[in-house]
Amino acid sequence: MADKFRSIVFDQSRCLGCTHCMRKCPTQAIRVRDGKAYVNYDRCISCGNCVRACPSHAITTRFDTFDILNGYKYKVALMPSVFYAQFPHINEPELVLNSLHNIGFDYVFEVARAADMLSLLKREMFIVGDVKTPVISTVCPACVELILTKYQCLRDNLIDDLPPLLLAAKMARDEVKKLTGLKDKDIGVFYLSPCPAKVRAIKSGSYSQTGDLNGAIAVSEVVKKLNLVDIKDVVIKDEIKASQMGIAWSTSGGEASNLPNIRQLAADGIDNVVSILRELEDGKLSNIDFVELHACPGGCVGGVFNVINTFVAKSKIHSLRRTVLQNKTNTTDKIDKPISYYKIPWKWQTTDLYTLDKKLPVALQKMAEVEKILKKLPRKDCGICGSPTCRALAEDIVQGKATESMCLVNRYFDENNKTD
Amino acid sequence: MTEIVWRFDVEGNNFELAGHASQQTKSRLKQIGVNNDIIRKVIIAMYEGEINMVIHANGGVATVTVQPNLITVVLADTGKGIENVELAMKEGYSTATTEIRELGFGAGMGLPNMKKYSDDMAIDTTVGEGTTITMKFKI
Repeated sequence: MADKFRSIVFDQSRCLGCTHCMRKCPTQAIRVRDGKAYVNYDRCISCGNCVRACPSHAITTRFDTFDILNGYKYKVALMPSVFYAQFPHINEPELVLNSLHNIGFDYVFEVARAADMLSLLKREMFIVGDVKTPVISTVCPACVELILTKYQCLRDNLIDDLPPLLLAAKMARDEVKKLTGLKDKDIGVFYLSPCPAKVRAIKSGSYSQTGDLNGAIAVSEVVKKLNLVDIKDVVIKDEIKASQMGIAWSTSGGEASNLPNIRQLAADGIDNVVSILRELEDGKLSNIDFVELHACPGGCVGGVFNVINTFVAKSKIHSLRRTVLQNKTNTTDKIDKPISYYKIPWKWQTTDLYTLDKKLPVALQKMAEVEKILKKLPRKDCGICGSPTCRALAEDIVQGKATESMCLVNRYFDENNKTD
Repeated sequence: MTEIVWRFDVEGNNFELAGHASQQTKSRLKQIGVNNDIIRKVIIAMYEGEINMVIHANGGVATVTVQPNLITVVLADTGKGIENVELAMKEGYSTATTEIRELGFGAGMGLPNMKKYSDDMAIDTTVGEGTTITMKFKI
């Protein structure tokens, strides 16, 4: 596997080895060894759960800085709807949109406009009905990554539309080329990301494949930069083009809410996502047509790069839909390209990261050893050994990555028995 | 030859816990690297059997044996037994009560699905003594 861009990095000098992150990791990618936390980056889906869990702020995130803008003649900001929510006291969203012109962007494109297009296409898709249900949304790259590495049998349920961010990049590029006559290489398209998962996807994951995106800057960085600008004095050049439909995608359930008469389900928060994926895998949700998944609690408004509390942000998005955009139920953009324009040009590739061995008989043998070791472990799942559960420790031992002596509970009882 | 045996107690009339054995089996089979399509068949069939034991037999024991080329699932209970196996194998036939049906079970697809998804199924039942169902799945 090609080296993945690491949007989540552990600062070992700050790490206390407390195991909070390890317990919260949905893919058991984290181990604590010799008092420090380490990540298996193959398994990391960049969901950001560990970032939220770390009490000593030892988990840092990586993204592009504003310097990246210098490499391009014409700079385009892809602005997600969550960005509006970062300014709860500003009641004119146009000010937020246009403020980006003041910090180095020549053009601002609302990602919600792409979400608008995708909402319309999806309605069409369910009317035509030629789809493998339940259709699973690809709006959250962390959830997509989880499916491709751990719930592979659901691959073909992933929608084949471009994720909104990628469609936005494509639409923005086309619009700018038409407007300026510039070549692709002169145009830099940058996403203002609410989460490390999207940064990762853009820098080296699936989203890098189209070549339409040139970088990802954290929402928090952009907000920091904007503090130098008095937003209230921003000159309004661009109006909001997106509709209620597209703006809704930033909160959990918003994407699904654009699909009338469809049996739909929206799950947010990575643990809830996992429980839904398990049910989907068992075929227990065959009565559902559309499944929307967000790794962050509340949807993209819950991303770790946002500066505003998830629920305040959610409330802001709702009021935006009900006030400023209350009459904007439909988009001014049209689906005027061939359908292939809106589809992903690749097939999702699955990887297997969780089997004990590539060869089944060897894996079976290893599983037998895991069970044998597990019988000797205390089954408290205390995590003090540095593996998230006793079973995980047994697996680590079998894979040669840990020893039985790492179990402090057993060592305590062994030593006490000796002195008796 | 290497083989692993997992044994799960299935509690009768406890719908909260129903499905636990098949869930556990699923994640372990995945770790062994059994093909996803086969896992799916095993899990659907095993889940149906588990539910049957929960509804009809006041629980029982599920035993899963994995060998390099074969998965064997044995569901054994000491319940009331099946009076008419031929009828029970018919799709849509069920002796489940209305309350059970209101929970979304008792559609009469249990045994037919188990037969459909397994490569081989044997039913050993005696009225008043219990039922043992053995399903085999080729890997």
